[in-house]
Amino acid sequence: MEKGGNILFCGVGGQGILLASDITSAALLGAGFDVKKSEVHGMAQRGGAVVAHLRYGAKVYSPLIELGTAHMVVAFELLESLRYLPYLNPETKVIVNTQKILPPSVTTGVETYPEDVLERLGRAVPAVFPVDALAVAESLGEIRAVNMVLVGSLSSFLPVPENVFCDLIEKKVPKKFIAANTEAFRRGREIVKQK
Amino acid sequence: MEEKLLFSGNEAIARGAYEAGIKVASAYPGTPSTEIIQNLSRYEDVYTEWAPNEKVALEVALGASFAGARAMAAMKHVGLNVAADPLFTSAYTGVKGGLVIVTADDPEMHSSQNEQDNRNYAFAAKVPMLEPADSAEAKEFTAIAFAMSEEFDTPVLLRTTTRVSHGEGLITLGERHALPPGTKVEKTPEKFVMLPSNARKRRIELAKRMERLSAFAEGFSGNRIEWGDKRRGFITSGVSYLYVKEAFPEASVLKLGMVYPFPEKMLKAFAKEIGELFIVEELDPFIELHVKAMGISCHGKDVIPAIGELDTYRVKMAILGKGENPLFESSSIPQRPPNLCPGCPHRGIFHALSKFDVFVAGDIGCYTLAAQKPLLALDTCVCMGAGVSGAMGMEKALGDNAPGKVVAVIGDSTFLHSGITGLIDIVYNRGTTTVIILDNRTTAMTGHQPTPATGITIRGEASPALDMEALCRAIGVKHVYRVNPHDIKATGRILKREIGRPEVSVIIADAPCVLLPGVIPKDRTVYQILAEACTGCGACLKIGCPAMEWIPGAGKKTASGKKQKGLAQISAAICAGCGQCAFLCKFSAIAGKG
Repeated sequence: MEKGGNILFCGVGGQGILLASDITSAALLGAGFDVKKSEVHGMAQRGGAVVAHLRYGAKVYSPLIELGTAHMVVAFELLESLRYLPYLNPETKVIVNTQKILPPSVTTGVETYPEDVLERLGRAVPAVFPVDALAVAESLGEIRAVNMVLVGSLSSFLPVPENVFCDLIEKKVPKKFIAANTEAFRRGREIVKQK
Repeated sequence: MEEKLLFSGNEAIARGAYEAGIKVASAYPGTPSTEIIQNLSRYEDVYTEWAPNEKVALEVALGASFAGARAMAAMKHVGLNVAADPLFTSAYTGVKGGLVIVTADDPEMHSSQNEQDNRNYAFAAKVPMLEPADSAEAKEFTAIAFAMSEEFDTPVLLRTTTRVSHGEGLITLGERHALPPGTKVEKTPEKFVMLPSNARKRRIELAKRMERLSAFAEGFSGNRIEWGDKRRGFITSGVSYLYVKEAFPEASVLKLGMVYPFPEKMLKAFAKEIGELFIVEELDPFIELHVKAMGISCHGKDVIPAIGELDTYRVKMAILGKGENPLFESSSIPQRPPNLCPGCPHRGIFHALSKFDVFVAGDIGCYTLAAQKPLLALDTCVCMGAGVSGAMGMEKALGDNAPGKVVAVIGDSTFLHSGITGLIDIVYNRGTTTVIILDNRTTAMTGHQPTPATGITIRGEASPALDMEALCRAIGVKHVYRVNPHDIKATGRILKREIGRPEVSVIIADAPCVLLPGVIPKDRTVYQILAEACTGCGACLKIGCPAMEWIPGAGKKTASGKKQKGLAQISAAICAGCGQCAFLCKFSAIAGKG
C-alpha cells in the first residue's frame, strides 16, 4: 500500500460511497500518486448494489481492479462484503460496516439474510476489520456520516497524513456537517488502529 | 508544476470543448453521456441546452456549425440511432464551425437496453472517429476533434465507453481559445442544400475527404506504436489499450486513437514485425475486420469475448487461457437489484394496473424497473417511444379482440422525446389504446434533468412549460384525465373506465419524483404498522417498497382475533410518507403519524 494499491468500495446506493471514494482519491492524488477510479451511474444507483474501483501508484493504466488483486475492500454494508469475493486474495484487508440493509428479496420474505457473513468472509481472508459505523454515526447525531467513519478506518492503511483527509472533508462536505464528519473520520481511524 | 486534477471522462470532454472555444452544445440525457453537457453548462460563454431528443440535439449543433460556431452534440449510443438521420447527411454537407458528436457506448449494458458498437456508425456514415482511453485523452482528443472537423470540413465522432465516461483520471487545465470571429449565416446552397444534384457532387467531395483523412491517420499523434517484445503484439484502442498494458506490459502495442479511418501503412508495418498479432477490442470485431480485409492474419474474436466489457483479467484469460492465481469463487447471497425509491409515484400506478388483465407496453425510464418482482407490471421495453406505437400495433394485430387488452405506459420526458408521434398515429389511424403518461416532472433515471414541461432550462432559467394535457388534446385525444397515482383506489377507478372505453384516452399520472427537492416535506407523515391489527396478509408487500419489511411467523392473534402469519414492519428512517401502503391494507393496520 506504500507504493500503490487497489481499493474496492462496495455497498448500497445512497450510502455515500461516491463521496468516500472521491475524498480518498483526492487524498492519494495530493500525496503525489497517479490515480484512476471507476464507478457506474444511472440505473445501478436506485438502491442497488454499488461498487467503485480506486487504483493508485506511480503510473496506473486500467481504472478497473483485476480479479484477485484488491489490496483493500471497504464494504459499506455487511452482505455486500461477500459480493465481490473474486476480487480478493488471501492477503486482502477488508473493512466491513456491520450495518445491515435488507435487499428486496429479504424484505418481501422470499430469501433470508445470511447469518454467517463475517464467518464466510473470515474463511476467505484473515484480515477482516468489522466496524459498527452506523453506531458511531448515530452517536454523533449524523447518520449520514457512516461513510466518513469508514474513510477514517481506511485512512489508517494509506500512505497519506491524517490532516490531508481532514482538509478534504472541510472542502467537500457542506459547512454544517463538517464537525460531525471530521469526528466520524477520527473515530473510524481509531477503531481500526486499536485492532 | 501544473496542477493535476481528477476528472471523469465526461468532465474532461466538457473541459476540452470549453478550452477549444465551443459556443453551442445540445444533448438529451442518457447514461453514460449525461454529465458532458451538464458540466459544460457550468462554464460561462457556452450556450448549452437539453433538447427533447438526440436528433434535435444534433440538428441544433449542426445549425450552429453552419453559422460558424464550434458546436457539440452528446448522446448515449442508442441516442445516435435517433440522430442517425442528420448524422449521415451532415457527412455530406460538412461544417463551418467545428462539429463534434459524442457517442458514449455502454458495453455490458450497465444502464442500457443493448450494447451496440457505435464505431460502426463511423464506417457507415463516412465520418472520422476518435476514441480516447482515459480522461487525459478525452480532453486532448476533444480539442483535436474540433480542429480536425474544421480542417477536413467534416463532423467528427468522439466515442467513449462507460469506463471512459465514468472513469476518473488525471488532467491538467488549459486556457480557453478565443472564440472564432463573428458567427454569421451565409447562403452556400451547393454545400448546405442536399438536393440530389448538390448531394451527388458532395458525395464525391466526401470520398476525397476520406482519402485525405486516411493519409492524416498515418501521422496522427493519437495513433502510435509502443515497441516492446515483438513475439506478441497488440492492436487496440480506447479502454482496451489500458487492459492490454496491464496484462502484457512487455509486449509491442499499436494504439489507435483514431478508429476510423485506419492508418493502413502503419498497421501493415507493425504487423510485419510481430510474431503473433492480437486485436483487442470490446464488442464487435471492428478493427479486426478491417485489418483482415487488408490481408493481415491476426487473432481477434476467436479468443477475445465479443459480448460485454473487457478487463485486465479477461484479456489475460483470453490470450493465456489462465490467470495468475486461483480466484475465490462467488458466494451465494441474495441479489440486490436496483429498485423504485420509497415513495415513488410509479409504484402506485403499476400496482393499480396489475389489477387488470392487460398487456402493458412499456418504455425507457426508472419505471422500467416495474417489470421486476414483485410488481411484474410492465411487459415490453424496447426503445424510447416504442411503448406507445407498439401498443397501437398490438391493437391492430388483435383486431376485434383488442379492446381492453393493451395499454401503453411512458414517462413524461420519454413522451416528449419520442412518444408524441406514436400518439398522433393512434389518433390519426383510429386506435383506441389507453396511453398512461407518468408525469413526474423530470428525467429521473439519468439524474433529474429538467424537461420541456418542467419550465426551467439546463441553467435554471425560467422557460415556458409545455402543457401536456393541452398537447394531447391538440393531437386530437378527447379523453385526457389526471390522476394522483399515490391514491391507488381512485387511480384504479379511472383506469377501469378508460381501459374499457372504445376510444383513445390519455391518463396523466401526476405526481413529482420523490427525489426532487422539497417533494418530501421535512414534517412528513411517517407510516407505521399497528402490530395488534396486522394479520400478516402481505398485501402491503406487493408494491415492493424498500421501507416495508416482512417479519415471519409471529403466530399471535390480532386484537380482532385473527391469526397472524407474520408481521409487516415499516422503516421510519426511509418511509417517504406517500401512504400507498395504507391504501392497500384491508385491516386498517397501517396508520400515519406526525
